[in-house]
Amino acid sequence: MAEPLLDIRGLKTWFKTDDGMVRAVDGVDLHIDRGETLGVVGESGCGKTVTARSVLKLIDMPPGRFEAGQILWQGRDLIPLSMDEMDKIRAKEIAIIFQEPMTSLNPVYTVGDQIAEVIALHQKLSRKQAIAGAAEMLRLVDIPNPERRVHDYPHQFSGGMRQRVMIAMALSCQPKLLIADEPTTALDVTIQAQILELMQEMKERFGMAIMLITHAMGVVAETCQRVTVMYAGNVVEEASVEALFGDPRHPYTQGLIRSIPRVDRSAEKKQRLEAIAGTVPNLLDPPLGCRFAARCKFAMDVCTQGLPPLKEVGPGHYVRCVL
Amino acid sequence: MSAPVASRAAGTAPDAAKPLLSVRDLRKHFAIRGGILSRVVDKVHAVDGVSFDIKAGETLGVVGESGCGKSTTGRCILRLIEPSSGEVWFQDADVMKMDRNALQAMRRDMQIIFQDPYASLNPRLTIGAIIGEALIIHKLVKSRQAMEDRVVQLLETVGLRPDHMRRFPHEFSGGQRQRIGIARALAVEPKLLICDEPVSALDVSIQAQVINLLEDLQEQFGLTYLFIAHDLSVVEHISTRIAVMYLGRVVEIAPAAELYDTPLHPYSEALLSAVPIPDPTIKRKRIMLQGDVPNPIRPPSGCHFHTRCPIAKPDCATRVPELRESKPGHWVSCHYRG
Repeated sequence: MAEPLLDIRGLKTWFKTDDGMVRAVDGVDLHIDRGETLGVVGESGCGKTVTARSVLKLIDMPPGRFEAGQILWQGRDLIPLSMDEMDKIRAKEIAIIFQEPMTSLNPVYTVGDQIAEVIALHQKLSRKQAIAGAAEMLRLVDIPNPERRVHDYPHQFSGGMRQRVMIAMALSCQPKLLIADEPTTALDVTIQAQILELMQEMKERFGMAIMLITHAMGVVAETCQRVTVMYAGNVVEEASVEALFGDPRHPYTQGLIRSIPRVDRSAEKKQRLEAIAGTVPNLLDPPLGCRFAARCKFAMDVCTQGLPPLKEVGPGHYVRCVL
Repeated sequence: MSAPVASRAAGTAPDAAKPLLSVRDLRKHFAIRGGILSRVVDKVHAVDGVSFDIKAGETLGVVGESGCGKSTTGRCILRLIEPSSGEVWFQDADVMKMDRNALQAMRRDMQIIFQDPYASLNPRLTIGAIIGEALIIHKLVKSRQAMEDRVVQLLETVGLRPDHMRRFPHEFSGGQRQRIGIARALAVEPKLLICDEPVSALDVSIQAQVINLLEDLQEQFGLTYLFIAHDLSVVEHISTRIAVMYLGRVVEIAPAAELYDTPLHPYSEALLSAVPIPDPTIKRKRIMLQGDVPNPIRPPSGCHFHTRCPIAKPDCATRVPELRESKPGHWVSCHYRG
């Protein structure tokens, strides 16, 4: 089998706080192959964003620290790299876009200057050429009048347009992997549809892989090939998108899928939503066994005794559950 | 939309067919001030002529994207924001003509819960004090003991424990805080509950808990809901009827199932097709809307939607479509549909 583009093994990213150690990411394994879209799903505090930021080492240390594990980028571990070495990887090989584009754009520079700065990292160009390159990127992400808009400031763009600017900036060095952290969560549904379509087009054009971090199961079903489900700092299930939605095996995944109201099922009589009782455990002092046990309707004594391993239940389908 | 409002005099006998709440041509224009004299330089047409009825016991969902005026509509009904013009009739009383005392009495029957359970609870008060405040304001309890008993009862109704009464809001999770907001609203035994994006800030598994709770409470207490949300799947799930808003106007009102099966307005159709379905085996044709929602300071002329509408014709830019009944109970505001 070909070497994965990104292979995260046993990653533990912990944070030291006044109350003790928060085990935000506590033994995560996941991989992304070239050109594929991997969805990483889970609810607030499951560690999906910390995992993504760990890949680019965008975690403040301290309070954060890598407790264990490896982040293999094309076979090379990123964890021991210095900040200078990481700078060669950031943007050029792995780019990231965030949920709130306004906070990731600098308000006092034009969007053209900001995109040109990224382009200049990678090619020797005059300022004029770099700005022309920035305008070309804006055209690529379907921003109307790119030659004029390149001189505008971030506040002059709407939320959806700002996310397009972020995508233009992220893609300007043609990275091999785009990490998209909740890229459409702050957007309206019609704008979300536009941005998801744009990401799909860009992926096909540049042949890059995407790590899509989201809490929205609908977005995953429509855009990803494979999915990793996270809960309280652990991976609980990994599968192809068809297997995950067709035959979810972990009780948490099952609950997550059944708790969403479905627009396409209006003909059937409305069913009561299947809520998952209780709340997410505190990661300061996570439960000893399966972290979902306290909310799981199938929980047995064995569940609280030790963390079950990820076991293969079908080709490429892994579940962390004793059942 | 049914009986003309003019014929309905205040104080007439209640009638089963009559709506609990009627909103007629409601408008709210926010002034934008500028210059050294702070003169009004422009207006935001947040709510631009909204009309609908809610019958007792039903849930009317109001759905639309950011800036469509759905939250402002909810607040104008309670007069938390003073409307610029229009009529609001609640239990046959003219809300717009009420003085302070009458308004306060009316708000016992009409309560609101908000999106952000972090911002809508006073961080310095215990849960008992937050819920008890409403009981005191409306003089619903005679003694401290009676108040505590009632608070305990309310906490249990929304699935919290009696000992939570002595705790402060920061000790609760988002879902629990939303339950506290609901308990506070229920304290005064309202008839109508305006729910303004009540589950948008919650994780999906918690969202389902709160939706189920709202459904149970409706059944238990015969509540009527005005349910405002941007998430179409949530609105579809909980609503009897749905109103779709775009740039301050209602573009379509229909029974929930009918709106989802046969949307008439091109905007409703596009909005529905944009909702991602959590099932990879379903491949749908998506109607992709071009561009962004226009600026509500200068909304497009004629039909507000014509700049993004896939079926727009030249006269859509000049003629404002009326909301008219296309099929019984199914209203649409489009020149070319329905």
